[in-house]
Amino acid sequence: MANMNLYSRGDRLFVITNMVLIGLFAISTLYPFIYIASLSMSSGFEARAGKVLLTPVAFTLEAYQYVLSDSQFWISYGNTFIYTIGGTIASLAFIIPGAYALSRPQLFGRRFWNLVVAFTMWFNAGLIPFFLNMKDLGLLDSYFGIIIGFAVNGFNIILLRNFFESVPQSFEEAARMDGANEFQVLWKVYLPLSKPAIATITLFCIVSRWNGFFWAMVLLQDEDKIPLQVFLRHTIATLSDDQEFGNSLMNANYSFETVSAAIIVCSIIPVLLVYPFMQKYFEKGILLGGVKE
Amino acid sequence: MSSLSRPQRIWKHLRREWQLYLMLLPTVIWLLVFLYKPMYGLQVAFKDYSIFRGVAGSPWIGFEHFQVLFGNDQFIRALKNTVIISFYSLLIGFPMPILLALMFNEVLNQKFKKSAQTIVYLPHFISSVIIAGIVITAFSPSAGIVNTVIGWFGMDPIYFLTKPEWFRPIFIGTGIWQEAGFQSIVYLAAIAGVSPTLYESAVIDGASRWQMMWKITVPAILPTIIIMLIIRIGNILEVSFEMIILLYQPATYETADVVNTFIFRQGIQAGQYDFAAAAGLFNAVVAFVLVITANSLSRRYSRVSLW
Repeated sequence: MANMNLYSRGDRLFVITNMVLIGLFAISTLYPFIYIASLSMSSGFEARAGKVLLTPVAFTLEAYQYVLSDSQFWISYGNTFIYTIGGTIASLAFIIPGAYALSRPQLFGRRFWNLVVAFTMWFNAGLIPFFLNMKDLGLLDSYFGIIIGFAVNGFNIILLRNFFESVPQSFEEAARMDGANEFQVLWKVYLPLSKPAIATITLFCIVSRWNGFFWAMVLLQDEDKIPLQVFLRHTIATLSDDQEFGNSLMNANYSFETVSAAIIVCSIIPVLLVYPFMQKYFEKGILLGGVKE
Repeated sequence: MSSLSRPQRIWKHLRREWQLYLMLLPTVIWLLVFLYKPMYGLQVAFKDYSIFRGVAGSPWIGFEHFQVLFGNDQFIRALKNTVIISFYSLLIGFPMPILLALMFNEVLNQKFKKSAQTIVYLPHFISSVIIAGIVITAFSPSAGIVNTVIGWFGMDPIYFLTKPEWFRPIFIGTGIWQEAGFQSIVYLAAIAGVSPTLYESAVIDGASRWQMMWKITVPAILPTIIIMLIIRIGNILEVSFEMIILLYQPATYETADVVNTFIFRQGIQAGQYDFAAAAGLFNAVVAFVLVITANSLSRRYSRVSLW
């Protein structure tokens, strides 16, 4: 940033107005989260009446008791962990060696192989052929299908390939002298040098897996395999019409609104926990992605 | 080297570099199985597809699905909605991150800047199901905060998510709220690359901060703005349909249904795979042409391109 001196009154007015506007934008971003958190801790009756504005009204944790005692909630939570961890490991296992090979000048047909990867970024067959293909492969209602079927992403390969290409050749010379093969060069030279890029890709994988919804909804019918996002959607979409839930409201201190809010809070918490670590990396990641050729 | 024949050279190369091809193999197989094979499967758009006969065994029917498609009011409506929603998202959503980046750049207190950034980047990382859940709760007719506030002004509650006229403002507003902060990162990076000497000499000339912003910062990041604009125009058919699926309902299809949600309903929910694949193929071809055009425009005018 330029100069830190504030000379004129005009400048001061400008800077202060600017800060106020940014402050307002930040508050408007934060407010819905606070509202949901407060709603989840309010009594069902007050929530229904629209009394919750900023802080919990008639504080109670009954909505959480309801959510946490639902075994389906825990099953879907566990599934989300399986899909996130499994999917991220699968992505890295494909992407790292693939990107490394594509970055090597001696690879025969390098331009062609790069095109094979990049073409998938501009053209894809669309929902229906992808769905029919998964069906033909027998990957409906399958953990394996979700973990492997979404492992590779052209953008991430190109991003990492660019990073590998930017590593000066001189770094690997010593290893080559010692007779290291390609796997050893990748493992001992390139991986340690590429920590920021790999961290970025790992974090993007984790977040997209944690948040993944559409294909999980389409491909998984078995209630015991659905991830948290699909469970959350089912709850928000169907709970208000659910007979059993309606009956349980009679002598309870929660409502449809507070229960929905409580599930939302439960599924945001892990994202909030990793967010501070991510922030360090994603700004860099965006910039790496910006220099794809 | 020249004494060897071509097969011999390839053999020698493979024997020395086989590890590289081994590393590439899983990715290539994956791409073939999960992305290129569906492209082959796109032929169902020209076939009378039956699950029992499979993709290859179903009979060809030419362009029949496309003829039906363009006579289908719902598809035409979805196409229209896609363009309208994209256009407004672009018109309102595109300048927002630029504005935000310029504003962040004028904040002198680094601590304030950092915390504000931390907050406005956050919604990008929250799933669309949660964002939709928040929107549904906030706009609910009985308990929602929006209707509570409307009530203070003596107005009757509005069931926003069932009103076709409210769908686009809510959807586009939600998109901007979720992404504007995160998208500003690209512009902030461009601003960080502006040479400080430009500002120093402007200060000596007595320029105000407002003048420096318009005369130095904005022209300096103009190439980035143009590239981002071209990319956005190339992706104009890419509406975040996942969010639409989460927010729309039959009452709002009139203004909310886009091509991808149409494909989802007709294909995956109603099982008309061939017909829906035809709609998808049309969408993919138009999108491909747009991206190629956008990229060559970008290459010509800014010498920066995606490939």
